[in-house]
Amino acid sequence: MTSEEIYAKLEPIIKNYLPEDVDAKEINKSSDLTRELNINSAHLVDIVLDMEDVFDIEFKNEDMEQLRSVNDAISLIQLKISN
Amino acid sequence: MKKRVVISGLGVVAPNGVGVPDFSEAIQNGVSGIEFYPELRDLNFSCQLGGKPTISEAKKREYLSELQLRNFNSSGILYGIIAGMDALKDAGIETSKQEDKPLWDLGIIFGSGTSGVEKFREAIYRIDDKNVRRLGSTSVAQTMTSGVSAYLGGLIGAGNMVTANSSACATGTEALLMGYERIANGKAQYMLCGSTSDSGPYIWGGFDAMKVTTYKYNDSPNKVAGPMSADASGFVPGSGAGAYLLESLESAQKRGATIYAEILGGSVNNGGQRNGGSMTAPNSAAVQKCIKDALLDANISGDEIDYINGHLTATIKDPDEIENWSIALNRKGSEFPYINSLKGMVGHCLAASGSIEIVSAILQLYKGFIFPNLNCENLHPKITSLIASEKIPFQLQKKPLQTIAKASFGFGDVNACVIFKKI
Repeated sequence: MTSEEIYAKLEPIIKNYLPEDVDAKEINKSSDLTRELNINSAHLVDIVLDMEDVFDIEFKNEDMEQLRSVNDAISLIQLKISN
Repeated sequence: MKKRVVISGLGVVAPNGVGVPDFSEAIQNGVSGIEFYPELRDLNFSCQLGGKPTISEAKKREYLSELQLRNFNSSGILYGIIAGMDALKDAGIETSKQEDKPLWDLGIIFGSGTSGVEKFREAIYRIDDKNVRRLGSTSVAQTMTSGVSAYLGGLIGAGNMVTANSSACATGTEALLMGYERIANGKAQYMLCGSTSDSGPYIWGGFDAMKVTTYKYNDSPNKVAGPMSADASGFVPGSGAGAYLLESLESAQKRGATIYAEILGGSVNNGGQRNGGSMTAPNSAAVQKCIKDALLDANISGDEIDYINGHLTATIKDPDEIENWSIALNRKGSEFPYINSLKGMVGHCLAASGSIEIVSAILQLYKGFIFPNLNCENLHPKITSLIASEKIPFQLQKKPLQTIAKASFGFGDVNACVIFKKI
């Protein structure tokens, strides 16, 4: 799966967790999930669970530590899929 | 000098009406919210009846965002949010904007018996399945007892004390008295108080097992023998939430707010599970003391009470409650005040019973009516030996009321009694 294909599936997941004052247009690959998109850090675990469902993968605790931006998510998903 | 405290906003989510206008209509017309639930039959419940508020998906979205409703599965928190936000709006108080400071002078005491049992069930299945990591972020907030006060606190931006009390079926009445103290003592300007209770088999099951609910009317939900009836055979479990916005008289007058009632005073005590009291039964001496202490606190005599909103659950304890009121107020026969019980219409809403019933009591005081007692035409003989039957109206009565009493009693031998006066 290319990073574009992953992003196409990832963007709708992230959109669900945006606070009301952040527009979905602000999401791009380099966005920091909590700092720039202002997503409540508690929701990162929900984003991870949704990614697991959509991509049929499983994240480890260590993977979570590397998850900061949309690009981080894409790389993690690519890694998991290729394994 | 203690401040005088009034109620300037109401909200309610009841099995027979959601929102104050619908609920007010329903109680005047004696509309029952008790229904048969096939789900309870399929689960082998003895009592297959229940009282559940009807909330549409669109109604939920008036109060919560799509994100907040994601994986949301706590009926009690939903009811509490609707009732609480309605009470705030009714009082004409604005929430604080996202970028603003919290409202330092607005606090919340909103209780529950247990929170989010459906959500808790979901979590337990996942944990037993060795899948704790799949709980996501929403499990704690929806299952903690203070979930309801925490949700309300965030929606409003409350900056004073935000907490959830828990005292079984006295929770809502206790919450009101705790908020009253806080305003009377100048610790807050506004207190949003109330209580909530989940719907459904997981909250009602324990009561079904204790045989305190009725198994006799599964085919005729509109005929369930009501409180004070000789045929009363147990309660129907209910659910919902009631809420009230409390503030000082001074503050309400300054704002030009609607003043539904003044809280003259009240009392909370415990029978200590002694002298006939137990985990599940009240110590009558403690009940009488609670009522008398409430009168003392309100600085009135028992003669001044025009109307009583009873706890009266449709169990064998109803005659004892009437006797306790009669002794505590020192009034009997035709000298006894009018009395009714909302549980004939909505069932026993458990932790929410006190607050929903307080909203019903205040509406009667404010508008001058006494709602009908349902299905108790065959009054219990011990009750009619104590008080005149005309004091237990079967039809709506239009009556101006001045001073009224409300009491709630709960498991753990807890008692709470409050006195309201019309201004």
